[in-house]
Amino acid sequence: MSFSPLEWQIIRFTLAVCAFSTLLILPVGLAVAWLLDRYHWPGKLLVETVVTLPLVLPPVATGLVLLKMFGRRGPIGHFLSQHFDIDVVFTWRAVVLAAAVMSFPLLVRSARVGFQGVDQRLEQIARTLGARDLRVFFTITLPLASRGIVAGIVLAFARAVGEFGATIVVAGNIPGRTTTLSLEIFSAVQLGHDASAYRLLVVCVIIAFSAVWLSEVLMQKRSMG
Amino acid sequence: MKLAIRQLCLRLQQFALGVDVDIQHARTAIFGPSGAGKTSLLETIAGLRKPDSAKISFNGQLFDDRGRNYSLPVRLRRLGYVPQYDSLFPHLSVRRNLAYGSNGKRKDYTLEFHHVIDFLEIGHLLDRHVRSLSRGENQRVVIARALLSAPQLLLLDEPLTSLDAKLKNAILEQLQALHREFAIPMLFVTHDPAEAIAICEEVLLLQAGRITARGNPAELLS
Repeated sequence: MSFSPLEWQIIRFTLAVCAFSTLLILPVGLAVAWLLDRYHWPGKLLVETVVTLPLVLPPVATGLVLLKMFGRRGPIGHFLSQHFDIDVVFTWRAVVLAAAVMSFPLLVRSARVGFQGVDQRLEQIARTLGARDLRVFFTITLPLASRGIVAGIVLAFARAVGEFGATIVVAGNIPGRTTTLSLEIFSAVQLGHDASAYRLLVVCVIIAFSAVWLSEVLMQKRSMG
Repeated sequence: MKLAIRQLCLRLQQFALGVDVDIQHARTAIFGPSGAGKTSLLETIAGLRKPDSAKISFNGQLFDDRGRNYSLPVRLRRLGYVPQYDSLFPHLSVRRNLAYGSNGKRKDYTLEFHHVIDFLEIGHLLDRHVRSLSRGENQRVVIARALLSAPQLLLLDEPLTSLDAKLKNAILEQLQALHREFAIPMLFVTHDPAEAIAICEEVLLLQAGRITARGNPAELLS
């Protein structure tokens, strides 16, 4: 099985964009997961619901929301265009945006499970030993929650690779600019290029299988303590 | 030392912990049956529980004054807390657990480090993973970690529970010598009269959240 230069470009682009989107949501996702797990605050239920929404909303609908928000006439898109001369929709940025929004819930959910598994008494002990809250978080909480967090990262990355509906609405399917693995498989099937579609399908299956398997292994290790 | 606890009130499930006491002996036991509120009292002194009311100070330093809504952060109290549960950080080696209290800086070459390690006979455990330690080894490392954090008071919550008789005696001897060796006062929670008699100068008898008697351990508990 050998890939054409175009297929290689699409594989590289997809992996790069998905890695970037996962990195982008990591700090925010960890902060949200931690706040949801550790504190009760007004509006918590609303945030929980909004965070989960992309999991249940049709991806195309999510894409449409993003298109309206980040389009040149949308509130965020207009602001970015006017002040920073940045266009989002129908660029690689839109691919990152769609991947980030669609994979965010998976990261938050897994990280939250990770934080739930941390024995908070150990954090208290660290404080009795003179540690400030920030040091406790980075040296005790984060390492002890790491399996859940890593599982979340892996799942988020895999979800980003598989993203289709939101991406095609907000980023289009522009060869060499916004075409990802999923979009190219769709195009190849439409055009009857079955061999290319199956080659890219194998890549998708390998990535998805590895991600889910790794995530399951990590979560099982966590539950075994 | 002087630990002053004024009008402490902490609501628990079965009763309210109500304590008003001055503790001046360097080795004091808090003795009582299970569920009497011993651990809650220790956790309140350590700052791990917020009492409903209390004014607590140690050697003139104010720890809590609920009336003024003041509570000194746990990290600033400088109390070496040895709890009942497994409290070693499971993702760190023994050496890094011990260094944690010295703000993460390596402390392995100081005289103090070697003094504590030699005293508790844990030198051979330094590079072990904490999961591989036996119960007795675990307890020694926890006590060493608390000592290395340079505490002004040690809070020991039934440190000999769940140890077999031989191990219990070995660690009991070390705890007896601990004050002489390091001159750090200690509050020792126990429900075993023999431990209180062996280690402490004074015992406070705690029952259902109230101190019902205090005195010489040998006289009060024999």
